[in-house]
Amino acid sequence: MAAAGDTPVILVKGVTKVYSMGHNEVRALRGVDLTVYPGEMLAVIGASGSGKSTLMNILGCLDAPTSGSYHLDGVRVETLDKNQLADLRNHKIGFVFQGFNLLARTSALENVELPLLYDRSGRSRDTKAMAMRALERVGLGERADHHPSELSGGQQQRVAIARALVTEPKLLLADEPTGNLDSRTSVEIMALFQELNDQGITILLVTHEHDIVSYAKRSVEVRDGRIIHDDGVTDRHIASDDLAKVEDLELAVTA
Amino acid sequence: MRKAVLVKVAAQSILKNKMRTLLTMLGIVIGVGAVIVMVAVGHGARTSIQQQIQNLGTNMIIITPGATQQGGASQGAGSFNRLSLADAEKLKREGLLFAGVTPVIFTRTQAIAGNSNWRAPINGVDTDFQSIRDWPVTSGVFFNEGDVRAVRRVAVLGTTVAENLFPGSDPVGQTVQLRNVPFTVIGVLASKGQTANGNDMDDVIIVPYTTAQNRLSGWVRIGQILVSTFSPSDLPAAQAEIRAIMRESHRIPEGEDDDFTIRNQADLAEAAQGTAEVMSLLLAAIASISLLVGGIGIMNIMLVSVTERTREIGIRLAIGARGSDVLTQFLIESVVMSLVGGLIGLGVGLGGAAILGQITGWSTATPPQAVAIAVAFSAAVGVFFGFYPARKAAALNPIEALRYE
Repeated sequence: MAAAGDTPVILVKGVTKVYSMGHNEVRALRGVDLTVYPGEMLAVIGASGSGKSTLMNILGCLDAPTSGSYHLDGVRVETLDKNQLADLRNHKIGFVFQGFNLLARTSALENVELPLLYDRSGRSRDTKAMAMRALERVGLGERADHHPSELSGGQQQRVAIARALVTEPKLLLADEPTGNLDSRTSVEIMALFQELNDQGITILLVTHEHDIVSYAKRSVEVRDGRIIHDDGVTDRHIASDDLAKVEDLELAVTA
Repeated sequence: MRKAVLVKVAAQSILKNKMRTLLTMLGIVIGVGAVIVMVAVGHGARTSIQQQIQNLGTNMIIITPGATQQGGASQGAGSFNRLSLADAEKLKREGLLFAGVTPVIFTRTQAIAGNSNWRAPINGVDTDFQSIRDWPVTSGVFFNEGDVRAVRRVAVLGTTVAENLFPGSDPVGQTVQLRNVPFTVIGVLASKGQTANGNDMDDVIIVPYTTAQNRLSGWVRIGQILVSTFSPSDLPAAQAEIRAIMRESHRIPEGEDDDFTIRNQADLAEAAQGTAEVMSLLLAAIASISLLVGGIGIMNIMLVSVTERTREIGIRLAIGARGSDVLTQFLIESVVMSLVGGLIGLGVGLGGAAILGQITGWSTATPPQAVAIAVAFSAAVGVFFGFYPARKAAALNPIEALRYE
């Protein structure tokens, strides 16, 4: 756990979000306070319609809150314009989506390289080498030339994670990262997240699966636009241990 | 995003859908190709008109009977046939600026030579005709003063007449019957080709005007008087001189309108040039409509492409692409497509113009400016018709775009 003196990665205060649909107003968030420090691994859980997707969009700088304030790594977000938000997403956030969202007919390496190409800081860097290092970090170095259609779901999600890591973001934001994967592959992906978290990367997972929450360090439950529960995860699972157990089981069955 | 990367991304997505890209570009290919062919034809027409007018003769002034205007009412040239040999003789006698003067008597009759016969226009002219029209003979000679004065039955044939009456043999020295009068062929003229109106200038029999008058028609009045000057700069002064002499010859009182019309080569050239220019503009305008249609085709496909790739756009926006990055990407795509189409169209157009020139015998020439304009225009079509779809893509909301199925 990071010291309280560090700049929080996420500092949300009194955030509300109201969508007006015709005459009806939908209050998706009704006053959310959330602080996340560097090195945390946080799971946001909630049923569909709870407001967790709205929260995720605001935290990901894809949407602006109706009221309240949001600081991402010390930068005040709600006053930024569209282009500044785009640059902020590029520099500080790595996204991992449920549907992987890789560009088809584009190699794994080029997919990972993509965020670096939208960097406007003017740094001259070897983007190919950086992309390659990110792929190696998720264990897919030898698949760099493969296209998404030639990769399994788990491998595609690894490419997506590499793409999220390549810019060395302050926050890895994963929206239902295991939603499209079978349970074994889900555990593999969670093992990767835990490994990355151990290396110091701050991770925020959005999920509705309680199994997944058990791999996080802290769980936050959202219901009806409010955080109703925010606590450390007791009985935290280590994904790599779970994997080893499953493998033993499989060996036993085949033996 | 770096420009090179943008171009690469655009090229990738263009190549992804080869068939669709090809069909989309086809619109631009046809558009640019059509413009190039039409410009080439128009330009060629102008060049050949210029050449034909040169062929009519150098520094030539044509006097025709009747005025185009009489007392304010347009009559049309030739309404009153009042040119006479006396006019021609007076011009020859009194003119100071004229290099040559000849009356032209027009008639038409069946020409018979051996087993062949051919209906040809006959021009009865003076010896100056040859120099005024700048028309050399390829075989034999043109008739001389003596032939004219002696009213000799001699004829000089245009190549078309020569080929039809004496196929495969030299007509010089042979006899041709015109209205049952035997004429001796003494020369064959060089080929001049067609006039701007498509008349065959070589389909003609030239005889001395004295002979034409006495042996063929008995006409006193004549169709035209041709006058030439020593240099083009003399033309305006010569025309004034002709007018004065003609008015005196026709005894037209002060204040009355002319009963004849004077035109020079420059007028003819200008009129023909103007017609050709309007024609080529019209052709190019019609052809550009197809370019416009091609542009709409590009817009259509780009709109489809934006819809298809909504998710891709969402991904790009989420990972930090600005709206302007997406806009540029799609704009480059449409410009590359239309520019490549334009270049292919240029090749097709140049090839088409060359083939058309071969088949029809028209001289087709594509001015380099037209090539540059066509290519620049096709790029402009890409920008213009690509902008709306590209802006639509750039304005997408990343959240909705990511959710798009």
